[in-house]
Amino acid sequence: MQAALYALPVLFLTIFYLYPLLAILRVSFGASLAEAMEQVSAALRSPGFWRVLWFTTWQATVSTLLTVLVGLPLAGVFARFDFPGRGLMAALLTVPFVMPTVVVAPAFLALIGRNGLLNAWLQRLFHLDAPPIQLEQTIWLILLVHVFYNVAIVIRTVGGFWSTLPPTLAEAAAALGASPRRRFWTVTAPLLAPSLVAAGLLVFLFCFTSFGVILILGGLRFATLEVEIYRQAVSYFNLPMAAFLSIVQLVFTFTIMALYTRVQARLSRTLRLRRRAFARRPASWRQWAVVGLALAATWIGVLSPLLALAVRSFTLGDGGPTLLYYQMLGENLRQSAFFAPPITAVRNSLVYALATLAISLPLGVIAGYALTQPRSRWAAILDPLLLLPLGTSAVTLGFGYIVAMGPLRVSPWLPPVAHSLIALPFVVRTFLPALRALDRRLREAASTLGADPFRRWWTIDAPLLLRALLIGAAFAFAISLGEFGATLLIARPDRPTMPMVIYRALGQPGLMNYGQALAMSTILMVITAVSILLIERFRLPQGEEF
Amino acid sequence: MLEVRAIHKRFAPDKEVLQGVSLTVEPQEILCLLGPSGCGKSTLLRIIAGLERADQGQVLLHGSDITETPTHRRSVGLMFQDYALFPHLNVAENIAYGLRMQGVSVAERRRRVEEMLALVNLEGYANRSVDDLSGGEQQRVALARTLAPNPTLLLLDEPVANLDRLLREELLEALRRILKHLQVTTIFVTHDQEEAFALADRIAVMRAGRLEQVDAPAALYRRPANTFVAAFLGFRNLLPILEWRDAYTVCTPIGAFSLPVPSAARSATGFRLLIPPDAAVLDSAPSSATYVPLVGRVIDATFRGSVFRLQVALKENEKDDNVLYFEFRTRGREVLPAQGEPVQLWLDVAQLCVVQEG
Repeated sequence: MQAALYALPVLFLTIFYLYPLLAILRVSFGASLAEAMEQVSAALRSPGFWRVLWFTTWQATVSTLLTVLVGLPLAGVFARFDFPGRGLMAALLTVPFVMPTVVVAPAFLALIGRNGLLNAWLQRLFHLDAPPIQLEQTIWLILLVHVFYNVAIVIRTVGGFWSTLPPTLAEAAAALGASPRRRFWTVTAPLLAPSLVAAGLLVFLFCFTSFGVILILGGLRFATLEVEIYRQAVSYFNLPMAAFLSIVQLVFTFTIMALYTRVQARLSRTLRLRRRAFARRPASWRQWAVVGLALAATWIGVLSPLLALAVRSFTLGDGGPTLLYYQMLGENLRQSAFFAPPITAVRNSLVYALATLAISLPLGVIAGYALTQPRSRWAAILDPLLLLPLGTSAVTLGFGYIVAMGPLRVSPWLPPVAHSLIALPFVVRTFLPALRALDRRLREAASTLGADPFRRWWTIDAPLLLRALLIGAAFAFAISLGEFGATLLIARPDRPTMPMVIYRALGQPGLMNYGQALAMSTILMVITAVSILLIERFRLPQGEEF
Repeated sequence: MLEVRAIHKRFAPDKEVLQGVSLTVEPQEILCLLGPSGCGKSTLLRIIAGLERADQGQVLLHGSDITETPTHRRSVGLMFQDYALFPHLNVAENIAYGLRMQGVSVAERRRRVEEMLALVNLEGYANRSVDDLSGGEQQRVALARTLAPNPTLLLLDEPVANLDRLLREELLEALRRILKHLQVTTIFVTHDQEEAFALADRIAVMRAGRLEQVDAPAALYRRPANTFVAAFLGFRNLLPILEWRDAYTVCTPIGAFSLPVPSAARSATGFRLLIPPDAAVLDSAPSSATYVPLVGRVIDATFRGSVFRLQVALKENEKDDNVLYFEFRTRGREVLPAQGEPVQLWLDVAQLCVVQEG
């Protein structure tokens, strides 16, 4: 009975993850070895392939370096100082991590795009004819959004580790004659290096597989592997090329994932040794100034694009306030790109998100229990299997479904299945630590007090694990709502989700379409923000690393 | 050599941890800052090291004011309670760190590391990882690291607090041997009076941000300045004084005693009579004239190895003021006095002293 239950997540991952991936391999390499060689050499000879690979790599590298550059000082402030608003700052940093790309990309356009809020203000203030900020369709805007997305990873990972370094280490170095600068370079920096590498690898991975940001902000000029897979599969219907690109990307992402898990394992080992955090109140006005600056930068950096989006969605062009964009969502324009009033997408998205919860939560709980079984066969299979989807891009997954699922590929169940697969590792990662932290003696005490196994679970496990489960649920919900890459490939056009509506509206000309995108983005942002509030409300105080 | 002048430090408006502390440390002296936790002793040490800023007052080293000098230019060695060994460096690299900061050549560094390892009895440990060391070994590496750059002044913050009892005694002896051998001026902080006695040339007892008494260990033990110091050193027999019959004779709840020397304190309030636990002998009367007889009843007897302790009630009711605590040598005694048994004591009045309340 138990074994059958534990087999469920393995079965799910096999059918909906491994099988589609194998299908991509088959498409890429064809039926015979000769055919495979030919396919590969043809792909390698095309200049497009090398251009895309080069762009993908360098933009990810630059994005990572910039993110570290911005994140490291903030991590230091976060680790070393205890100040009012510290908890709120931590909560705020979850926002970019969970916000969908279809919200963030339009949000940055609304803030610093050609017709963005900032340009409008500057033009009015200095009576300029042309918008002074010209970042639209440039690499700079893409890099900026990548920093926005990933800086929280650096702050959480490095800052969390930094806060456990005893301050006596730097003080000992001072007493031994090291100046502040040498203290940083000889003591703090070497000790932070592993956490910095872990954070850097994760940021690199996310930027390497960046999809929505590039698709929306890059136009036709920029394409990562991920975007190119989508274009080859959907626009040119060149399935072998798309499959080949997917394989190349998988090789890269799995390598990075493998490196990341190794560094991460070493980090959590050292972290376990020292659980204490050493944050102190700022002691001088100079330290207060540094803290204030960091706080202001975080608040402005995170909130200004999102607020600009909301403001823009209620403003008619350059004119006054309006609700028109929201009213338009309920109408099915004849020349519009939609089959149904866009507002139905809200309902579709919510239904998909609930279905995702219904699939991913039970599977996540079962997987969590299976993983905590000592010497379980299923645990040995599940552990690496659960990590793989984290390193697999959404577009690859969606593409896999297209080539593998046959008639099922138009099923309305496929999007929630894909969303569940993407959400499952997150659910397990929030649920598992709580399960592991559950003291075995509590259960033993309950047993000696006469609780049968079920009552023991209901009275001991369930209340203690509920918190972790709620966080996992909120994550899964938010992930499903914002999922873009896989959905774009597998959702039926007559049942669009909110991200699809936003993307399509952004691609259409005219103020009304743009306005609808803004309005829909704002709705999605608000729903996601509620999920984030839930996550932060239930987050356990110890959870400093994400 | 080191002079601390009227140091004040406040962590919060209502939390003044140092209230005007002044102190002088002589060259080659080992001075101990002794006091209960929260008395400000570690803060004073951190101010001397430059890790904390004083609100008022000065720190002078060799006569020059270093109050504003940053830590890394002070040439003071500081050893932390948690040792603060650098986990990314091995034993030799830890010890060489201070020399590296001074720009000492690689060859000289290597020689000095060997010298330090020999000094702390850790030859052959150079390439060990600091994570693989036992608590005692870590402590010795930390000491070697602190001593390697030849600091003018050595500061030790609870240097053996994290070790178990046996190891602590052993390392205290080694520490005193090393410090005296190197003739390095040392201030060390502890809350344990036994550690202070074992290591210090002079002890400065602190309480709530003030110095209560600065004295050599033996003098401190014989003449504690007040009841706080006495209680902190472990004295329990502090009897209230009812009246003075004359300059020699003091009346207490358990009777009158004639002191061998006249007391300057003639007021009954504000003073107590201190009876050291080893001031009495049991049963047979000693020949000396300073012994007076006392009769009591055993309330409790505990065996402590070379000594045993008796709680003795000197009157029928067992109020605190009527109970004294004594220690006697175990040698030559098969059976301890049993609870409730009457005992005959002889008290040496030459060892009694009058202590100010405070």
